[in-house]
Amino acid sequence: MTTAPTPTPVVAPPVAQRRRRRGPEVLRRPLALIGLAIGLAWFVIAIAAPLIAPYDPLAQEFELFQPPSRDHLFGTDELGRDVFSRVIYGSRLSIPLALLLVALATLLGGVLGALAGYFRSWVDPVVMRCTDLVFAFPAIILAMVVTASLGPNIRNAVLAIVIVAWPAYARVVRGLVLSLGDSEFVQSSRLLGSSSRRALVRDILPNVAGPVVVLATLDLANAILLLAGLSFLGLGAQPPDPEWGSMVAVGTQYFQYWWMGTFPGLAIFSAVIAFNFLGDSLRDWLDPRGASRDRGRGAQTP
Amino acid sequence: MIEPGRPRSRAPWPFLRFLGRRLAALVVLALGITLIAFVLTQLVPGDPALSALGPVTSADPEAVAAYHEKWGMDKPLPVQYLTYLGNLLQGDLGISQLSHQPVLDDLRQTIPATAELAFLSMALAILVGVPLGIIAAIRQNRAADHTLRVVSLAGISMPTFWLALLALYVFFFRLNWFPGGGRLDPGVLPPDQITGMYTLDAVLQGQWSVARDALHHLVLPAIVLAAFNVSLIMRYTRSAILEVVNDDYVRAARAKGLPERSVVLRHVLRAALPSIVTVLGLVFANVLTGAVLVENIFSWPGVGQYAYQASIELDLPAIMGVSLFVAIVYITVNFVVDVLYGVIDPRLRLR
Repeated sequence: MTTAPTPTPVVAPPVAQRRRRRGPEVLRRPLALIGLAIGLAWFVIAIAAPLIAPYDPLAQEFELFQPPSRDHLFGTDELGRDVFSRVIYGSRLSIPLALLLVALATLLGGVLGALAGYFRSWVDPVVMRCTDLVFAFPAIILAMVVTASLGPNIRNAVLAIVIVAWPAYARVVRGLVLSLGDSEFVQSSRLLGSSSRRALVRDILPNVAGPVVVLATLDLANAILLLAGLSFLGLGAQPPDPEWGSMVAVGTQYFQYWWMGTFPGLAIFSAVIAFNFLGDSLRDWLDPRGASRDRGRGAQTP
Repeated sequence: MIEPGRPRSRAPWPFLRFLGRRLAALVVLALGITLIAFVLTQLVPGDPALSALGPVTSADPEAVAAYHEKWGMDKPLPVQYLTYLGNLLQGDLGISQLSHQPVLDDLRQTIPATAELAFLSMALAILVGVPLGIIAAIRQNRAADHTLRVVSLAGISMPTFWLALLALYVFFFRLNWFPGGGRLDPGVLPPDQITGMYTLDAVLQGQWSVARDALHHLVLPAIVLAAFNVSLIMRYTRSAILEVVNDDYVRAARAKGLPERSVVLRHVLRAALPSIVTVLGLVFANVLTGAVLVENIFSWPGVGQYAYQASIELDLPAIMGVSLFVAIVYITVNFVVDVLYGVIDPRLRLR
């Protein structure tokens, strides 16, 4: 080993080789492609909602309970609003909020997990006992209680889901940092005099990224489901906001008018399955033997 | 692992040590949960005494003072927490502000309803999920495997509440094959309480028509609740089998001429069992999660519905009681799964 000023050459091979060898392959998987296409489509729909939606999602200007027709693709609801426009606008809530809360959970869980795995001593048991505590509750019960205590609105619902979601990241990152911290290339980088911060950021982080991206992609699916579930229960988005979960909730009250609940539910389903297709393919690609199957709460959703 | 000086006769001890360590962790966790439940309720503004006692009684300052004293609310927070713990140890979870009954009594009524739903749903999920997982594994990378993969991903992507809505629309509203909610038809009297699970109680007392009615109400919500778990169990079974299917002993079993069926069922499945058991903890959590939503739609008077009502109305003693119950059941299930895991896979007892 040379006395190179940076330890990057030591780290780079695993990451770089993997990219070069397998990079395009993940995009040849049909499920990954379908997932990516649907996910991107929802993204575009969310941005271009005013251009796509034929009517104002809040305007109560049509005859009530009209079945789907050419004028109203998804029919109209109990207040005479166009369900199609509301489903389109619904993406403006669900998609960005899911991205936001997964980003927050990744950041919080990732930082705490990295600190726990790297410094061990007292940080590790404290962080791990906190994750145990969160894992002791089924996600929706904890999220429900937190949202109810803070006050039912969409911001608190997002906060509650972050509280429920971060431990999965903390555990994955801690596990990886623990094993990487003992690995030869990190030890040698430390021996060559790099600081612990440098070791964490330059040596360990790049190798943690893959599993975390997989977890985050699958968690996007869970986040959308959980957020919709809380809104369904009346603890998330409040009327008249066009939110998919709360639209399904209204649909259950008028379920003889099947279109009111079916189409918003279909929107949730399509967005969730897109991220599940993508995340599942990514995981297979990064970890063909399925060693990281156990993704903690990642698997648990309403 | 085995130190040279150590007598081999201590062989049974590691398992007891394993049990002891898990139990200790369980107690610490339970304490932590009470602390969380306590902190959560402190976040809520307002004097709980006023809502607990109702408008008439709370006009009486003495009653309010008595309530404050019982729950130690005039004392600093740590003392309040200890008072709460003390009351808890005596089985006193407080009085629900909604039902004006002790929370413990409320739980006694709602838990059996959820248990009945959860048991049937988990049984369905295992009965369907494990065989499908086996099929996917032995047909790895063939059409059946790919199809099942898409089906299982669809299963975990389906919002439970939406599936419930569709099931109700089709099987109740359109076809009228199943009732639209509740535990019994109106007019049917529930059986005398033994376990509180109507189907079981009715069967035990020989009330067959009641049992059939209860089961009829149970089937649709149980199937809806099982959908997510079928997918999950299928995926875990598949990958658990794929991990062992190429091991030498499987090849040996094949080589000595065992029929494929008995290789898979006797040898492969046996080795894959620990991984499949692990997922049951997760499955149970999903049942509880799903129960909140499914019970809501099927007007099923269970714990999920109770938790939901308590959260909406900010019924603090009820919220604390439910969280505590759910968390303790949940960690107990995980504890049992851990122990089962140790029983099935003896290598783990040493860790």
